[in-house]
Amino acid sequence: MRIHPRHTQRIAVTVLGGATLLTLAVLVFIIVFILEKGLPVVGPGFLLEYSEDMGRAGGIFTTIVGTLVLPVLAIGLAGPLGIATAVFLTEYTVETKVTKVIRFGTDCLAGIPSIIFGLFGFIFFVTTLEMGWSILSGGLTLAFMVLPTIIRTTEEAIKAVPKSYRQVSFSLGATRWQTVKRAVLPNALPGIVTGIMLAIARSIGETAAVIFTAGSSLRLPTSIFDSTRTMSVHFYILAREGISLENAYGTAAALIIAVLLVNLAAYWTMHRFIAKRS
Amino acid sequence: MNLIGEKGVRRIFLATAFSALSALLLIALFIINEGVPFIVKYGIGDFLLASTWNPKEGQFGIFPMVVASIWVTLGAMLVGAPLGVAGAIFLSEFVPVTVMRIVKPMIELLAAIPSVVFGFIGVVVLAPLIRTYLGGPGLSLLAGCIILGIMILPTVISISIDSIQAVPRSYREGSLALGATTWQTVHMVTFRAAKSGIIASIILGMGRAIGETMAVIMVAGNAVKIPHSALDSVRSLTANIALEMSYATGLHRQALFATGVVLFVVIMILNSLAIMAMRKRVAKK
Amino acid sequence: MMSHKFEIQGLTVRWHGNPLLKKISMNIASSEILGVIGPAGSGKTTFLRALNRMNELEQGYEMEGRVLLEGVDIQSPDYDVVSLRKRVGMVFALPIALPMSIYENIVYGPRLAGVRNRAKLDEIVEKSLTAAFMWNEVKDRLDSSGMRLSGGQQQRLCLARVLAMNPEVILLDEPCSGLDPISTAKIEEALTELKQNYTIVLVTNNTHQAARVADKTAFFLMGELVEIGPTNRVFTAPTQKQTDDYITGRFG
Repeated sequence: MRIHPRHTQRIAVTVLGGATLLTLAVLVFIIVFILEKGLPVVGPGFLLEYSEDMGRAGGIFTTIVGTLVLPVLAIGLAGPLGIATAVFLTEYTVETKVTKVIRFGTDCLAGIPSIIFGLFGFIFFVTTLEMGWSILSGGLTLAFMVLPTIIRTTEEAIKAVPKSYRQVSFSLGATRWQTVKRAVLPNALPGIVTGIMLAIARSIGETAAVIFTAGSSLRLPTSIFDSTRTMSVHFYILAREGISLENAYGTAAALIIAVLLVNLAAYWTMHRFIAKRS
Repeated sequence: MNLIGEKGVRRIFLATAFSALSALLLIALFIINEGVPFIVKYGIGDFLLASTWNPKEGQFGIFPMVVASIWVTLGAMLVGAPLGVAGAIFLSEFVPVTVMRIVKPMIELLAAIPSVVFGFIGVVVLAPLIRTYLGGPGLSLLAGCIILGIMILPTVISISIDSIQAVPRSYREGSLALGATTWQTVHMVTFRAAKSGIIASIILGMGRAIGETMAVIMVAGNAVKIPHSALDSVRSLTANIALEMSYATGLHRQALFATGVVLFVVIMILNSLAIMAMRKRVAKK
Repeated sequence: MMSHKFEIQGLTVRWHGNPLLKKISMNIASSEILGVIGPAGSGKTTFLRALNRMNELEQGYEMEGRVLLEGVDIQSPDYDVVSLRKRVGMVFALPIALPMSIYENIVYGPRLAGVRNRAKLDEIVEKSLTAAFMWNEVKDRLDSSGMRLSGGQQQRLCLARVLAMNPEVILLDEPCSGLDPISTAKIEEALTELKQNYTIVLVTNNTHQAARVADKTAFFLMGELVEIGPTNRVFTAPTQKQTDDYITGRFG
């Protein structure tokens, strides 16, 4: 007896739909769970006070500082480098063996897990270059990590600029750099900014690479040679060492909110970008 | 710009373009430099296949961790791949585009959640459930597979959706015009056309699973032994590195770097496979 | 006798080996409009783009022969292509307003050339919009986006943008192909006014337009220059049968 195709379709849709709902349910559950347990803990006090007693009491202020400073340093280095690389690949050259090799290198770099970055950062920045566990080591390591992301998203943004803009610019007697600077980059900017924001969001959640390079000091850093602890590292330590479940939830809530905010900002920028075009 | 001139500008950009490549080579260089001498000295066979990991006695067999990593990754795939592909198909083919456009970013948001949070959820929610209903310590291989499976879902779904959307409309329309249902079109035409992209997404997901550290440390138990059931506690290669790095010295530290080398090589291979699969998808068009 | 603005000698252009133009030789005089007609694929656009070296922006083009602008070979290695494009401006088939204000669109070129003085820029904007027969229409909304203009207005904006560079030659590649008759008429009117002070080469797939506006007409077919001469003669008494066939509509 053959089952009518309409029936198989109905079964298939149910199964597939169920799978999708399950995925969404998990997402919602995670966020709701953390926020429900953690938001009560989060308050101006929590966010602005220093940590006391190894995190058992007090707030997470110093970790917030750490979480802000590291991505800034990382973007400061990887941003210009990544954008320049993307500009080169799209505007200054055609597909040759050289560009294929560069792209392969970028793709491979993107696939390296964070623990390897942590190992590298430790042996290179912390030890060989003697920077010690510091904001500098952490920031530089993160820069290596986000570089491929920035290259990719910038390339996409530049490719989205219509070819005709370049034609017009050249026909008016512009050089290649002038065309890039005045006709291409300004129009690719929202896409580039979105890419950078996504890179920042990724850095905020990074733990393995950071813990081995920036250390875990709870003191407020006063220079880039000081060690610092980010929120995700703090959360990890609180949770694993069982120091304070309550503060762990609070830190997790703050962490999730921070990441969600940055991602939403990125999407909002992207939407304004698309809206402006049409 | 007159100071540098157009040729100068191009040279600057050319130099920066090698930054990613140089970064990769630098990383490879230092990791290999720290790890390979150890492998050579200790012997690759003993390193990979011996089951005793006892740094204090100078024994560095990582076999239990290799097995753990393999099982955790396979398990994550078993969880994440079917769910992910199913979700991708459902969202691209059986749901209005507007709905997909809202849901896809939501799922990509899942990818933004830090791995430590996933691990934490595993510890406070999943592990107790496993302990209560299935037995064992709770912090186990099973917990690791489930949590990692959830973590690779966004990757699989997102890239699979892109691959499915890339299938030309004419394929679908041709099938539907012959009287096929949407589901028949999907599994006979669309899925086959999108296969290489979907496979690429699964391979990428595998790469993420192998490289995942924090969540696995929190959830999988970290016992150094070969698992005999999914309820056993296990320690992955990544967990081994992260747990002992902070106090390892000398030969011990080199052994951890050697573990890093092994990981690096495996992931490079996986990523190259994924890249090749992705290129195949684009070339087919 | 009028001096020749352009002398083209044996111009052959290949793209990935395929010849698009075959040994084109002709002269283009200043202060007149040269119409270039021919069916699709005849090489008209390639020819036009050879005059300001826009072909070389894409991969795969090879050129043989010489193009002399006022006696100087524009293909020679030390010729400054950037200054060439300032002297020889181009209006494309699709109106491409850059996503900025009308004012910004016009001053884009002059700014590249280094003009910074605000008063000078204002003057350039007024002069070029006037020459494109557009000043009165837009003088009160120079800051509004160029993309909000209608197709015909955008195309005249492109013309004004080219004029702002104070070129000697204006190349137009089927500029009215997407426009309504009124906008087309406005552009043709502008060109007729402008030819006194510029050399104009107008590629068009509309033979009537060439008959209306061009002083000389060149007929291209499959990459070859079949005939060139005063428009009147070409249209009433062509020397080549192919020209006659095309004009009377037997093909193309």
